[in-house]
Amino acid sequence: MSITVKNISKRFGSFTALDNVSLDVRNGGLLALLGPSGSGKTTLLRIIAGLETADEGVILYEDEEVTHRSARERNVGFVFQHYALFRHMNVFENVAFALRVRGWKQAQVRERVGELLRLVRLDGYEKRRPSQLSGGQRQRVALARALAAQPRVLLLDEPFGALDAKVRQELRRWLRLLHREIHCTTVLVTHDQEEAFEVADRVVVMNRGRIEQVGSPREVFEHPATAFVMDFLGRVNVFQGRVQNGQAYLGEAVVPCPDYLHNEERSARVYVRSHELDIERNAGPTTESSSSLAATVMHVHPVGAVVRVQLHLREADDSLNVELNPQRCNELDLKIGDRVYVAPRRARVFVPDYSI
Amino acid sequence: MQPNGVVVQHNGVVGWAESSRPTTSRMVGLEDSAHPTGKAPAIQVNAAHRTEPWWVRWSLTLAAVAVLTVLVIVPVVNVFYQALGRGVGVYMQNLFGDPNTRHAILLTLTVAPSAVLANLIFGVACAWAIARFRFPGRALLLTIIDLPFSVSPVVAGLMFVLLFGMQGYFGPWLRDHGIRIIFATPGLILVTAFVTLPFVVRELIPVMEAIGPEEDVAAVSLGANGWQMFWRVTWPNIRWGLLYGVILCNARAMGEFGAVYVVSGHIAGRTDTMPLRVEKLFQEYNTPGSFAVASVLTFLALVTLALKTWLEHRERKEIAEALTYTNTRGKE
Amino acid sequence: MAAVNRRVLPGFSLSLGYSVCYLGLLVFIPLAACFLKAASLTPVQFWDAVWNERTRAAYRLTFGTSLAAAGVNVVLGLLVAWVLVRYSFPLKRLFDALVDLPFALPTAVAGLVYSSLYVQSGWLGQYLVPLGIEGAYSRLGIVLVLVFTGFPFVVRTVQPVLEGLEPELEEAASTLGATRWQTFRFVLWPPLVPPLLTGFALAFARALGEYGSVVFIAGNKPFQTEIAPVLIVARLEEFAYGEATALAVVLLVLSFALLGAINLLERWSKNRAA
Repeated sequence: MSITVKNISKRFGSFTALDNVSLDVRNGGLLALLGPSGSGKTTLLRIIAGLETADEGVILYEDEEVTHRSARERNVGFVFQHYALFRHMNVFENVAFALRVRGWKQAQVRERVGELLRLVRLDGYEKRRPSQLSGGQRQRVALARALAAQPRVLLLDEPFGALDAKVRQELRRWLRLLHREIHCTTVLVTHDQEEAFEVADRVVVMNRGRIEQVGSPREVFEHPATAFVMDFLGRVNVFQGRVQNGQAYLGEAVVPCPDYLHNEERSARVYVRSHELDIERNAGPTTESSSSLAATVMHVHPVGAVVRVQLHLREADDSLNVELNPQRCNELDLKIGDRVYVAPRRARVFVPDYSI
Repeated sequence: MQPNGVVVQHNGVVGWAESSRPTTSRMVGLEDSAHPTGKAPAIQVNAAHRTEPWWVRWSLTLAAVAVLTVLVIVPVVNVFYQALGRGVGVYMQNLFGDPNTRHAILLTLTVAPSAVLANLIFGVACAWAIARFRFPGRALLLTIIDLPFSVSPVVAGLMFVLLFGMQGYFGPWLRDHGIRIIFATPGLILVTAFVTLPFVVRELIPVMEAIGPEEDVAAVSLGANGWQMFWRVTWPNIRWGLLYGVILCNARAMGEFGAVYVVSGHIAGRTDTMPLRVEKLFQEYNTPGSFAVASVLTFLALVTLALKTWLEHRERKEIAEALTYTNTRGKE
Repeated sequence: MAAVNRRVLPGFSLSLGYSVCYLGLLVFIPLAACFLKAASLTPVQFWDAVWNERTRAAYRLTFGTSLAAAGVNVVLGLLVAWVLVRYSFPLKRLFDALVDLPFALPTAVAGLVYSSLYVQSGWLGQYLVPLGIEGAYSRLGIVLVLVFTGFPFVVRTVQPVLEGLEPELEEAASTLGATRWQTFRFVLWPPLVPPLLTGFALAFARALGEYGSVVFIAGNKPFQTEIAPVLIVARLEEFAYGEATALAVVLLVLSFALLGAINLLERWSKNRAA
């Protein structure tokens, strides 16, 4: 079932949580709402669920307007960050809740609950109480409970936020597989970029109540539409430089910058991703279209599959972060205090387009 | 105990490895379960839920307000109405013109603070032992502290009469030495101390436990001896909680009736405290006089309530500060 | 909370020693005197003192009125706690503070004002007596004043639990399809049962021993409106110490049993809420 969000606005007192937001979620898709706290992503999710009412705008499920329907009438499955399991009920009763309030017969209830518990790999746990479960198990029960009455849409509010890192990873993978199995339209709210990219097939980047960009994970990462998106995703260095004719001038260095092709020279904030910088021992040939910056190595530390090098730009008196793969780092044999040269391969600029 | 990390390959669907350490969901802070001293709860709910139909909400609200009005507000207003009904002049005459009433007021103002003082010292000592240390019999001690709450005041008075009365176990010895306990002020103080014993302790123990021993231990490690540690470090932390306990203790002490009734012999002008005076005037059909004294007690009760509310506010802040300072709650 | 080695923090022996002495003198010895005196009666005397027509009437009255008052308090207390926690209205904080007035107000004052309110000429009695509701000098009066004294217990035990119920629970229930009533019945009510029981027990225990307020309003007619504590005082005034003590022991044993039950209830509540 597809979801359409049209021109939704929501204010809490003087604070604008959502500002004229519109969005489409296709049937069977898995969409992530990604953004920092205060971006409005949770508010949007709750409005879709019917747990909040918007000040303006409409929500459509398939082609039906549900804007004024209560959460109960919308038949959504909602999973909360802190599980919200009913502590006085055991696992079975929690999962069966949606069925009980609909008046299902005991035999049917037992069958469906059994099915769901097998789905979330918790069969055998029927009699346990939530207090006897681990965080990951509780969240799986919450998921099973939300799916019990076959909701038209599944909404998850930072579902793995309260869990250990390792459990989080496992559950992410598992959610992806589950979605493939049951094909329920799903919307996930998260502030964790890695999570959004791993789980979702489309990502909506939000900031301060507005949508910055919508696209596949690859699209938003490699072709960020705004400075915010670029800064929020991945690690980025920001320089104050000049742009002209497809080139960005950062101190001594010249970097290709296809974002700005005008003749007129402008000063601008130039964004370079940490992994789009090369480190060389020597200055390399200075050509018209590229050159490198002199820098001193301040710190080298491995992080997972890459090595992060912190450098100090001698001329600009600024710091810089570069990500290298371990082989390159070994080749260079970097030590603290080494004087090296940094060559940006690619730069982005977000300049409002206007002509005088 | 949860099963330890297991990874399962199951028809191409991967299972998971679980850490066996359960993560807790959001904790709610201090727990203050059934507490007869009646402190208002510490945590405010996030949002007023308006998910009932409006007419349900309003009828419930009106019903609650009506209950409180009839049960609490109307009686309080009535007390002052009846006391001042004949004018302020008569009111003052009733209170200060009558020597017996004057004496009753003075007696209450002697007995109550004495009992409170005794229980304050005990309260601090006992709370220190219980909150800071673990020892065999600790749970028993806690239960014994609760006993005065469950004993009927009349029985409390009776017990002391059995001990110190004329025909009591110590009666003859006391008479021989000319010491009067029953039917005299010392008896009143004793029995009031008994009845109000738990108030200060029960208030201090959670406060001291919440603040934690870290600061006291730090003081000792820096070279302070016991009294220095107490006055410079412990006392500033507990004083508001202590004041709270003292206020509750005092309110109860001033208002105690049953136990004092039994022990005093109600000799007007000698052993009548204010509550007993109220009853005596009532028996003599001196309703305005009775209400005059009652109004003073009611006023004191209202002052107690106001102080209590203000202190609760402060105590909540102190504990919140101490919690974030010592960071005992860890991360979520 | 962190417990500390006795050698780390000072004052353990002093504080514990003083406390034990104080408790011994003020609590233990008087209680012992009571039981000792009761033990000095022969079993027959004891039985005669605690089980005759007058005492039976007193027990029935004490028990009945305390039970009724505690029951009323459960209903009223839940109502007031619910409204205070979940709704907002003008002067709410004032009302919240006033809930504790019965704790602070001397019982004698409570008895005095209640009896004068419900008498025919009183503010409330003038409407109620013509309707046949005798609030003063009757059993109803006793229940009324016991409701007053026990009122804060239920409210204050229920309030923290109500406040601790996360809003997400109700949201979850509503997304799962429950009506407001179903949400109350299946999600909100079960966690409230333990504190309600505890509050009931506390109010009941308090009502059993209440004296000061009841003497004003009851009329204290033997066999009719005489509660057990009043009977004890009557015996004392007759200098029948043995009989008075026997009755006192009965009350004591009952109170201790209740205290134990309340402790168990509190522990059970904590376990269920975990």
